[in-house]
Amino acid sequence: MEILVCLKQVPNTTEIKIDPVTNTLKRDGVASIINPDDKTGLEVALRLKEAHGANVTVISMGPPQAEKALAEALAMGADKAVLLTDRAFAGADTLATSKTIAAAIKNFDYDLIIAGRQAIDGDTAQVGPEIAEHLGIPQITYACDVTYSEEDKTFTVKRQFEDGYQLLQVQAPCLFTVLSTACKPRYMRVKGLVDLDKKEVQIMTRGDLEIEDAVLGLKGSPTKVKQSFNKQYNANKQKIQLDPAEAAKLIAQTLKDKHLI
Amino acid sequence: MSKNILVIAEQRGGVVQNVTFELIGIAKELSAVTDAKVEVLLLGHDIKGEVANIVGYGADKVYVVDHENLATYLTDYYVQATVDVIKANQPNVVLIGASSIGRDLGPRVAARLNTGLTADCTKLEMKEDGSLEMTRPAFGGNLFATIVCPDTRPQMSTVRPGVMKKCDFDASHKAEVEEVAVEFAPSRIKLVEEVKECCCVEKIEDAKILVACGRGIGNPDSIARAQELARQIGGTYCSSRALVDAGIMESCRQVGQTGKTVRPDCYMAFGISGAVQHLAGMEDSDFIIAVNKDDTASIFNVADLGIVCDANKVLPLLKEEIAKIAKV
Repeated sequence: MEILVCLKQVPNTTEIKIDPVTNTLKRDGVASIINPDDKTGLEVALRLKEAHGANVTVISMGPPQAEKALAEALAMGADKAVLLTDRAFAGADTLATSKTIAAAIKNFDYDLIIAGRQAIDGDTAQVGPEIAEHLGIPQITYACDVTYSEEDKTFTVKRQFEDGYQLLQVQAPCLFTVLSTACKPRYMRVKGLVDLDKKEVQIMTRGDLEIEDAVLGLKGSPTKVKQSFNKQYNANKQKIQLDPAEAAKLIAQTLKDKHLI
Repeated sequence: MSKNILVIAEQRGGVVQNVTFELIGIAKELSAVTDAKVEVLLLGHDIKGEVANIVGYGADKVYVVDHENLATYLTDYYVQATVDVIKANQPNVVLIGASSIGRDLGPRVAARLNTGLTADCTKLEMKEDGSLEMTRPAFGGNLFATIVCPDTRPQMSTVRPGVMKKCDFDASHKAEVEEVAVEFAPSRIKLVEEVKECCCVEKIEDAKILVACGRGIGNPDSIARAQELARQIGGTYCSSRALVDAGIMESCRQVGQTGKTVRPDCYMAFGISGAVQHLAGMEDSDFIIAVNKDDTASIFNVADLGIVCDANKVLPLLKEEIAKIAKV
């Protein structure tokens, strides 16, 4: 089985703070990590590999530094890594990104593509399903359990909803997006780190893709950012220091005044 | 292309979900700017009984695709029917609920139509020329971006449940209803089983009063008191992410960027520091009470009544104070 795992290097958004003076994101010193849902996607792939035998290839689109995320994936046990990097890809929205990655994927054999449900920097959850559409393959999103039957050549997937789940079956080729609750990603292995020398990150650039210029990067993106801003909160709102008895009285009185009790 | 706004209704088990009515609410506001119509696409099986609800909340036109393939959500069938209706009617804007259904359907439809999709919008604004400005959070709510889709149509966006307000129900409102037939290609995905499981008997997004528990009261005594308080005042309890991650609270009670968006009449935050991700899910509540012993906690930046005090010590006294004052 050939499994492709799409992963994205993201800033650890839980560490991001706003600079109160410039009102911009303070990205300095914020670690770059493999997007958590994507890392789970890799774990799902590695478990399928262990159970059924597979080649696991990780693929990422991003700046040259994203090679570090791919190296981590290789050290976790991926067999091969591909980095799509070119200035022509920069500024891509989800549609342009998905077209670029789909064009790259067409160069590889695959039975299954796994992506994370969403990335913590953009939170859109769109690139996975859009890749599936461009490749013309079925998708199952919000997957929290994936099993494979060699006899029927069929994947059985537990698909999570807010109020329940579906058990779905599909045959290769197909694409899943997985939730980080699906399983806990393993750590990099010592052997994986030692073997890193033997594994190479394959670099693919604009010239390696059969795709029109018009659909790439910023100019190939139907959506544009008109402006970005930080939320301004009123830091001078009144707050009062009270002892617990006074606090309880005031809260009760307020609820009463507001006709809430 | 028409000027119209198409809302994709979301139904589960044959019941149209609240997010649909909220989307109709914002669609009515947007449509007033360009004198457009609010259209709704309803997909399901034996679903026609739900049309009256959609009309009562303000739709001008309802497209209905009633087919056994659409009884429950399956990507291939839902995408096909949605794309058919969009292609036939060429709306200017398509709005979809940002649920686990809409976030599966939306990107697939947008990619097939070769247009842009903006996820999880918190604000939508229509310009007179028919262009839509879509504002959404990014970087976990640390940054907001206003997105436009200048050259392709329809302009598509998803909106999370609880973000927009539905209009009052008007039983006398009239709308045109058009049944649409779709010729389905077989689904490549087979549904084996569907299971409903919800730990939540109470939906926090429907509560009038919410008692919210944060890390500062993450001990069993205080949690029990907060739950009791919620019962006493006819509200529901909810949680910040910290207590969900710690396994103390169920995930369906989580408020915030990765949880639910709520706007109750009153939001009472106990021991919640107020990370931007949390504020994003509750700041539009009508009245916010915050109790936290840390006077620099950012929850105070959105609180209407901010009390600096240990919430663990306030909670035990509240029951009696409320009982006392309720009698007056």
